[in-house]
Amino acid sequence: MKIRLDQLTMKFDETTAVNNLSTTINDGELVSLLGPSGCGKSTTLMLLSGLYKPTSGQIYFGNQDVTKWDAEKRGIGMVFQNYALYPHLSVLKNIMFPLKMQKVPKKEAMERAKEMADLVQIGHLLDRKPGQLSGGQQQRVAIARALVKKPNVLLLDEPLSNLDARLRLEMREEIRRIQQEVGITAVFVTHDQEEALSISDRVMLMKDGIIQQDSMPQWMYKHPENEFVASFLGNPPINLLTIVKKANGYQIGNSDQLLNVPAFTLPKEDNLDVIHIGVRPEDFFVTTNGNQTFTGKIIHIETIGRDTLIRMEIGDTTIRALVDPQHDLQVGDTCRLGVSDTNIHYFNVESGQRLHPVERSMENARETNMEEHA
Amino acid sequence: MLEKPTWKSTLRGFLYLSPALLILITFNIYPIIRSFLMSFYTDYDYFNDVVHAFGLDNFITIFQDPSFLTALKNTGVFVIGVVPISIALSLGIAVLLNNKLKLAGFFRTIYFLPFVTSVVAVAIVWSWIFHSDYGLFNYLLSWFGIDPIAWLNDPKYAMPSLIILSIWKGLGFNIIIFLAGLQSIGKQYYLAAKVDGASAWSRFTNITLPLLSPTIFFVSIISIINGFKVFDEVFALFNGRPGPANSALTVVYYIYQKFYEEWQFGLASTAAFVLFIIIFIFTIIQLIIGRRFVHYN
Ligand SMILES: Nc1ncnc2c1ncn2[C@@H]1O[C@H](COP(=O)(O)OP(=O)(O)O)[C@@H](O)[C@H]1O
Ligand SMILES: [Mg+2]
Repeated sequence: MKIRLDQLTMKFDETTAVNNLSTTINDGELVSLLGPSGCGKSTTLMLLSGLYKPTSGQIYFGNQDVTKWDAEKRGIGMVFQNYALYPHLSVLKNIMFPLKMQKVPKKEAMERAKEMADLVQIGHLLDRKPGQLSGGQQQRVAIARALVKKPNVLLLDEPLSNLDARLRLEMREEIRRIQQEVGITAVFVTHDQEEALSISDRVMLMKDGIIQQDSMPQWMYKHPENEFVASFLGNPPINLLTIVKKANGYQIGNSDQLLNVPAFTLPKEDNLDVIHIGVRPEDFFVTTNGNQTFTGKIIHIETIGRDTLIRMEIGDTTIRALVDPQHDLQVGDTCRLGVSDTNIHYFNVESGQRLHPVERSMENARETNMEEHA
Repeated sequence: MLEKPTWKSTLRGFLYLSPALLILITFNIYPIIRSFLMSFYTDYDYFNDVVHAFGLDNFITIFQDPSFLTALKNTGVFVIGVVPISIALSLGIAVLLNNKLKLAGFFRTIYFLPFVTSVVAVAIVWSWIFHSDYGLFNYLLSWFGIDPIAWLNDPKYAMPSLIILSIWKGLGFNIIIFLAGLQSIGKQYYLAAKVDGASAWSRFTNITLPLLSPTIFFVSIISIINGFKVFDEVFALFNGRPGPANSALTVVYYIYQKFYEEWQFGLASTAAFVLFIIIFIFTIIQLIIGRRFVHYN
């Protein structure tokens, strides 16, 4: 089912938890709501579920305005962060509960519950109480309970945050599998960028109740709309440097190195004397061909997995770069790093908004198109 | 963390407990044992504390005493009349109060009032409410065209009066306990149940009742025990009489009569012992039922 949110706002006494949020979630899509703790993700989900009623704005399920409908009526499935399994009921009874509320005959309810338990692979645990299950098993029960009544929408509030790292990886693939098998529209809340980027069709990144960017995961990663998005995504985090306009280029971090900055499409930012640039650590490459963009002294080297992470000093700033371990680098060496033009992001110092270079705007448009077709 | 108990640690433990134990033994355990033994004194010279004969005669005597049988029956009626209504009523009020009622502070004072007020004061007020000529109760009933009832002087109505007073008096304590129990139920279960399509009533029967069952169990045990022990209310409401024509004579009142009015210490102890056995059996039954239906986390 298609969901449309129209200028949704939710105020608690002092705080505005969700601020004028508008978006459309397409049928069968898995959308992640991503953002730091306290940015309004859960509140948004509660508004979708009907457990909270918005201060203003509308919610549409299909063409129906459901803004005033209670949670009992909306027919949604929800997985809570702490699962909220009924502690006094067995796994089977937990899964059957929504059907019991719909007055489905007991025999049919039991069959459907068992079917659902098999889908989430807990068929062998039906007689246990929630207290006797591991975190991962509880989560599967919660998903089964949410799906058993064949809801139009599945809402998941940080369903993986109580699991350990390995299980988390496994369960997020599992959630994706189940979601696609059932073909349900799903909204997945998380504060973990990796989770959001890996399983969703679309990511909405929120901060202070406001959507910062709403786009496909890879696009968001490669084309952050503002500095917050750029720095929230990526591990190790993006390098943000301040560059200052000089006579023949932009000076990098009080050093003697200069950077050529393209012209930008939006000339209304009249003051471009100081701008921020962002480069992801993995977008650097070590070079000896003279096409380097940055040159500096290596002050730290560590190996993480198959990559080598170096910290390099340029003037009074340092940058992090992930480089190919085959380069024989030592602390104290001078290192030359290149980066392709498209991998440098420019941001307005005051607003933090992305600056779009002129000659790349055509290219951007083409890339957008291609990703949408993919 | 827990150390293995050793002789030394056990001894030290008893040392810490000894002040409390000493008081408990002197004023509780010892009298219980004494009265248990006393119920077998068939010939007792209490001036010189000499027992001339032991036996089961006391048991035979009281079970042949119509007053004791009346007391047993009345006590049973009282417990059946008070406990279920009191629990249902206080649970209902607690649920309402728990749902963020306006003026919650005001109500908290109101419903706690009976609990902190002395039984005697309460009973005096209620004896006015029940007064056949000037009483509030009859006044209210007159609105519905019901003739005045001699609540406290008619043997038919004495027990209902006592039950009404006791229900009212027990509310405060029960509500407090229920409120605490309700507040310990996680909000998330109600949210989940709403999402699962449960109406308010379904949420009450499917979430509140089962998760509150340990509290309900606790309150019902306490209420039943207290019901069997009823005395003060009778004494105060009927001015030191067990109601008209023994209509509000309870087992504890019977014990009181035998002990303080007739100086039949043996019979009084025997009746107390019988009451103890009754309460004991009821509690055991409740524990057995409780094990089946009560959900503990
Ligand atoms: N019931 C509530 N009453 C008052 N403030 C709330 C309530 N729920 C959430 N908030 C506030 O709204 C903001 C967003 O909260 P939430 O949606 O839970 O964030 P998130 O799920 O992204 O961590 C926070 O500042 C939080 O303190
Ligand atoms: Mg949250």
